[in-house]
Amino acid sequence: MAYEKRFDERGFDELRPIEAKVGVVKNASGSALFKIGKTVAIAAVYGPRELHPKFLQNPQTGILRINYNMMPFSGHGERVRPGGSRRSKEINMVIQNALLPVINLKEYPNAVVDVYVELPQTDAGTRCAAIVAAAMALADAGVMMKDLVSAVAVGKVEDKIVVDLIYEEDSYEHGSDVPIAILPNSGKVSLLQMDGDITPEDLQLMIAKAKIACQKIYDVQKAALKERFKKTQGD
Amino acid sequence: MTHTTRENLLASFKAGVHLDGRKLTEYRSITVRKSVTRSAEGSAHILLGETELYVGVKLGIEKPYPDTPEQGNLMVNAELRPISCEKFEVGPPGDEAVELARVVDRGIRESHAIDTHALCITPREAVWSVMIDVCTVNATGGLIDASGLAALAALLDTTFPKNTDTIVHYEERTDKALPIDSYPVPVTVYKFGEYLVVDPLPEEEEHADARLTIAMTERNTICALQKGGVSPLTADEILAMIDIALKRAPELRKHVLR
Amino acid sequence: MKTEQTSIVEDKTIAVPGEVIAQGMGFIPSTGTYRENENIHAARLGVVSVDGKVIKLIPLSGTYLPKLNDRIIGKIIDVLMTGWRIELRGPYSAVMPLKEATSSFVPRNADLTQYFALGDWVVGKIVNVTSQKLIDVSMKAPGLHKLKGGQVIEVNAQKVPRIIGKEGSMISLIREATGCNMIVGQNGLVWLDGEPQAQLHAVEAIRKIEDEAHLPGLTERITAFLQGKSE
Repeated sequence: MAYEKRFDERGFDELRPIEAKVGVVKNASGSALFKIGKTVAIAAVYGPRELHPKFLQNPQTGILRINYNMMPFSGHGERVRPGGSRRSKEINMVIQNALLPVINLKEYPNAVVDVYVELPQTDAGTRCAAIVAAAMALADAGVMMKDLVSAVAVGKVEDKIVVDLIYEEDSYEHGSDVPIAILPNSGKVSLLQMDGDITPEDLQLMIAKAKIACQKIYDVQKAALKERFKKTQGD
Repeated sequence: MTHTTRENLLASFKAGVHLDGRKLTEYRSITVRKSVTRSAEGSAHILLGETELYVGVKLGIEKPYPDTPEQGNLMVNAELRPISCEKFEVGPPGDEAVELARVVDRGIRESHAIDTHALCITPREAVWSVMIDVCTVNATGGLIDASGLAALAALLDTTFPKNTDTIVHYEERTDKALPIDSYPVPVTVYKFGEYLVVDPLPEEEEHADARLTIAMTERNTICALQKGGVSPLTADEILAMIDIALKRAPELRKHVLR
Repeated sequence: MKTEQTSIVEDKTIAVPGEVIAQGMGFIPSTGTYRENENIHAARLGVVSVDGKVIKLIPLSGTYLPKLNDRIIGKIIDVLMTGWRIELRGPYSAVMPLKEATSSFVPRNADLTQYFALGDWVVGKIVNVTSQKLIDVSMKAPGLHKLKGGQVIEVNAQKVPRIIGKEGSMISLIREATGCNMIVGQNGLVWLDGEPQAQLHAVEAIRKIEDEAHLPGLTERITAFLQGKSE
């Protein structure tokens, strides 16, 4: 069977509408909101701050801690009981690994940089949206970073490679889901996961398409960060 | 590390203002939006000053409780998420979150805001369950009142999904609204020495002697009360606090009924 | 002869982490920037500052990192055997050893809470910062003391120089206009005391400085603002 038209009628390489805003959680050191289609991620950074308990402290370097949470009413279908799950533990880990390559934690020995991501509404691509929001929040917090991080979920539905999956595509029985995070200035990949059945050629194409899509997301991240401080710079 | 000494705060209250210049029984600016998340059957977002939170309502079909075989179920859960304040930690709801959830729950339940009999599908077998979740995004005081207001807004926003017997088809929404019969609104009044105030800032709240949450219906009856804080209250103080709630509840309710 | 490609973004541009702000081997990457081959990149979010060949990035946000000789406002969070621990805001707390607390003699078995107790607020000076970020604070110099009454507000640590002003001109302006006592800590905490309305105006003036720090004519605007409030 061929995938002729996407469920939401987008082009195969087309991203859903995206929106970003920085400085949305006033109590935090830095924060950002990222919306891609119906997936909404709010990220906030607290820190660098003192790490408790003391035995977790590392005198050589600060540590990065991620807590990702989908609000109980945010998913398709039934209410999701709050609290961590194996899935959220894994997502915390991959988000952490996606962000670690760019953050200069050696500047903050013994300290912790806490990143919290809350999702009030989801429609696939959640870990990628979380990474995009978290990268902006970290920059907003003034954390030393070599680069931002951008991310998108690419996939394969029947015979077509598609960019930015929605829920129907993500849960499609004969589909593949490949979340990818890219460091925009070096083009390196910091998150790569795959569920499904693809060929190596598929993957090569997916990575290439992800880079193009991430460039567009990066432009929006940049604009949102600069917009945040434009007022203080004068027009 | 924002902080005020108690003496400085009382001097401010004596001059008739909060530290941010508001009158003692004046709330910070409030904005309520409904239908903010399409995955919930009903939802609302509230801003009270800089305090921000989401409330979502999910509906499901479950067995009724044995002592209410022909009525639907109601559950309120609140999470003081670590994203919203540096003092909140990762983990299950602590005392503060549990108290908040239970106070909001009582206001809704005791006022019979939801016609729970209308939620019955098959007596003793299947009823609709209303599950309300409060999630904070930025916490700078006023959480109980903001949660109660937003919960009411979310309930007013709620419509039933389609169902065949006990199977719910969440992707298909109906036009049928959740039947709401009453509009309870919580007003929490705080006592600082001889002063009674509403909506204290966090740096003010830490000096409070006691507080009383009064859930008020649109008929000006009280449907729930919760006293918090260590100091006791005199009967006169309680009546004075209720008087403040009577005056403030209608304008709070306006934000939700629009 | 090989001609070198050079380019540079305008002074005072906002740069995001990783963004290329200059190209060419003739430029010198200074604080907040790093070099990768031909390019100089931003190492955090900030404002580009070009001074001849030296390229710096001025932070717009970020945690206070303690520096020698900084005047700080802090809170006593622990009473130790030989001193006190002070919270400064940020990842590192400081220690004030006995001998730095006061010029007067402290007897051997003295009850340290007589001098400073848990929850006391103080203005002190940083006298040592190790590479491991261990910090010592002293209160022996004049102008350093326990803070009584009033309130403490958080400000953006990066905006402290603007709040203080050249030779303290901005903070004096606010003091005179409101009649408030005010002390600004480099760690992004400001203590103030005065009549309730006066404190309110002082705080509003400080928030205005934080929001408009980079717009021209800041002093005139703050003066006008404070004048308007006193009418």
